[in-house]
Amino acid sequence: MSEQDNPRREFLRKTLTLIPVVTVASTGLGGSVLMATPAAAAPAAPEPAGRTSSPAAPYEPTYFTAEEWAFLNAAVARLIPADEQGPGALEAGVPEYIDRQMHTPYASGALWFMQGPFNADAAPEMGWQSKLVPKQIYRLGIAATEALCKKVYNSTFAGLDSATRDDVLKQLEAGTPQFENVPAKMFFSFLLQNTKEGFFCDPIHGGNKGMVGWTMIGFPGARADFMDWVERNEQYPFPAVSIRGERA
Amino acid sequence: MSTVMKKVDAVIVGFGWTGAIMAKELTEAGLNVVALERGPMQDTYPDGNYPQVIDELTYSVRKKLFQDVSKETVTIRHSVNDVALPNRQLGAFLPGNGVGGAGLHWSGVHFRVDPIELRIRSHYEERYGKNFIPKDMTIQDFGVSYEELEPFFDYAEKVFGTSGQAWTVNGQLVGEGRGGNPYAPDRSNPFPLESQKNTVSAQLFQKAANEVGYKPYNLPSANTSGPYTNPYGAQMGPCNFCGFCSGYVCYMYSKASPNVNILPALKPLPNFELRPDAHVIRVNLDSTKSKATGVTYIDALGREIEQPADLVILGAFQFHNVRLMLLSGIGKPYDPKTGEGVVGKNFAYQNMGTIKAYFDKEVHTNNFIGAGGNGVAIDDFNADNFDHGPHGFVGGSPMWVNQAGSRPIAGTSNPPGTPAWGSAWKKATADYYTHQVSMDAHGAHQSYRGNYLDLDPVYRDAYGQPLLRMTFDWQENDIKMNRFMMEKMGKIAEAMNPKAIALLGKKVGEHFNTASYQTTHLNGGAIMGTDPKTSALNRYLQSWDVHNVFVPGASAFPQGLGYNPTGLVAALTYWSARAIREQYLKNPGPLVQA
Repeated sequence: MSEQDNPRREFLRKTLTLIPVVTVASTGLGGSVLMATPAAAAPAAPEPAGRTSSPAAPYEPTYFTAEEWAFLNAAVARLIPADEQGPGALEAGVPEYIDRQMHTPYASGALWFMQGPFNADAAPEMGWQSKLVPKQIYRLGIAATEALCKKVYNSTFAGLDSATRDDVLKQLEAGTPQFENVPAKMFFSFLLQNTKEGFFCDPIHGGNKGMVGWTMIGFPGARADFMDWVERNEQYPFPAVSIRGERA
Repeated sequence: MSTVMKKVDAVIVGFGWTGAIMAKELTEAGLNVVALERGPMQDTYPDGNYPQVIDELTYSVRKKLFQDVSKETVTIRHSVNDVALPNRQLGAFLPGNGVGGAGLHWSGVHFRVDPIELRIRSHYEERYGKNFIPKDMTIQDFGVSYEELEPFFDYAEKVFGTSGQAWTVNGQLVGEGRGGNPYAPDRSNPFPLESQKNTVSAQLFQKAANEVGYKPYNLPSANTSGPYTNPYGAQMGPCNFCGFCSGYVCYMYSKASPNVNILPALKPLPNFELRPDAHVIRVNLDSTKSKATGVTYIDALGREIEQPADLVILGAFQFHNVRLMLLSGIGKPYDPKTGEGVVGKNFAYQNMGTIKAYFDKEVHTNNFIGAGGNGVAIDDFNADNFDHGPHGFVGGSPMWVNQAGSRPIAGTSNPPGTPAWGSAWKKATADYYTHQVSMDAHGAHQSYRGNYLDLDPVYRDAYGQPLLRMTFDWQENDIKMNRFMMEKMGKIAEAMNPKAIALLGKKVGEHFNTASYQTTHLNGGAIMGTDPKTSALNRYLQSWDVHNVFVPGASAFPQGLGYNPTGLVAALTYWSARAIREQYLKNPGPLVQA
């Protein structure tokens, strides 16, 4: 390392030593408060005290239409439901996360090699071979699923009870419905993958609000400093922190 | 028309480990060196800045540091009878992009090599007879011995700041009962740093392996167990097991990388220039086709630039080196029908098997804690440390717990039979995320007549050049070995007495799955050897055909190793650089007469 990098290393060390101090003040508290909150009544985005943010104005989607938004909310609430384990995908802000992702290069397929010719019927072990990109997959997949619900149940997806919604999602997962423009299984796999991303990502991306996903499984987030814990067969005691410095 | 730059003594294509090592060695020899890196400038700051780098979605899931396949990828097919399809999303392997290459985002497992693997064909023929190796298996000796490479392994470990425990040093036993590996070859020096601490998962593996009668040892790791200054004056701080290792820039200056360990020593030199965003499209040859005149690249603005040079080093990732040779007409392309030709031949990989063991809540494996090179391993089934005679396959496998840190989006795993969503998934994920051990059999992979690389006839990159085509599938020997290793490792898993076990091994008839991550340990295609009819490079990594082109990297391995490749890649690069400095520069020409 060259000389000029030393001040930075010094700065890093100082920053790191601050974290445990913060930790002591908040040990256990955030986590237990969250877990004690009845899941269904959990606020959409509990903000830690002392941070400035606008009061919980509902998120307005900018990619999804109102009808698509209703589907998305109703679907993710079943994929990761609020239950005795704690808050679910809705409370974690997963729909907001997915809507925001639709404006990233990922959703346009810009991270993938998308030159033809395409062979959409290739065996699964050949990996991704479709010309569809996530934005289209959501648009086409939601429309096809809504058409199915209309035909079979004469209802929107969001209008179905939980058990029936689960049943529709299981059909998508198994690839049973033969949709014309998008394989049901492909649509479901994006929906599930992005839902898990939104439940477990850093809150900076719009999901995992209040770090509810991390708290549920015991992931400490951006702490990233475990020198003293490597060899210990015991539960790590400190709650999660986020990139922005929020504490669970 | 190309813009022509001022001629330099040496141009290096790619600035990962091999490019950085060559740049350091050749500038030490007094040469004017330009390194061309097709990706952007990257360094600990700002790319590894804390806390921004602690972001699983951006790094591991959206693959920030990996090759940009929107511009260039490879195509893959399982046999010559199939039509190859592009690898549209990275899956099985994750090559790097930008300054540091894969050396910036790697894990840091830093092995040497088992000596018999450098002379694998000779060794198997001596011990098991000429008929033991299957007919279509094209494994070859490297043409260099462990003894010749030992000083270069030693020096590379000093540059990397490697943590580990020697077994013997100059014949003196030092590692018994201290985490040394009894199967390790002799060393001239101890590791620069002592072994890292062992995670709870590694401790469980160590105890279980001992119970089953194996000989566990501490993985050699290029993550620091303490503060360190390398021979180039580069400083490293102790690894804190942050768990954001493989796929990330190390924010702690603890994981060896070209950026941390070598670049700081190059930056001030007047005879060195690093040019990022320079995508090399070919090596230029003179009219005799036996001498390179330099390279041509596309710059950030899309301009074609020619860089003349006396010496050309191809230091890109394994398959880019092979592709550049094919695009430039260096060496005869391999033909699987006749078995003739050398460029593209002996493409090999890694033969992985994984077992996951799930525990009750009193076992706290805390899987978010991790360091990429850290862990406990056994070599009882690696290389030829056991009698292969009764088992009828070639190759060995180290087995280990290497807890690099698993994060919640991609790193959660539940016992077999758990639903993928809903309350049951949620409960299992909450129950098991911090209570599970993942262990791997990191098997050697052999080379075969039918597994090779050439240029794809259909698909092209963003610059209009043909993509590289992989023709590759698992062979009977691979499946046989994998099943044997899974059975042996299963005994260790069972001895841990877990609640549930998931076995992720290969099935008979299984095809190579391009979508599921295995390793980025791709080998061969521009292999070293002793005969120009069967190798593209001589034992000094010099092209047999174009004497001023040297091609360091795992592309030079005639087959895959049981161990991770980076340690041998680094040692071979130093070995090649020594030959350039002491022999080639005095008398430019072939270092070995064909």
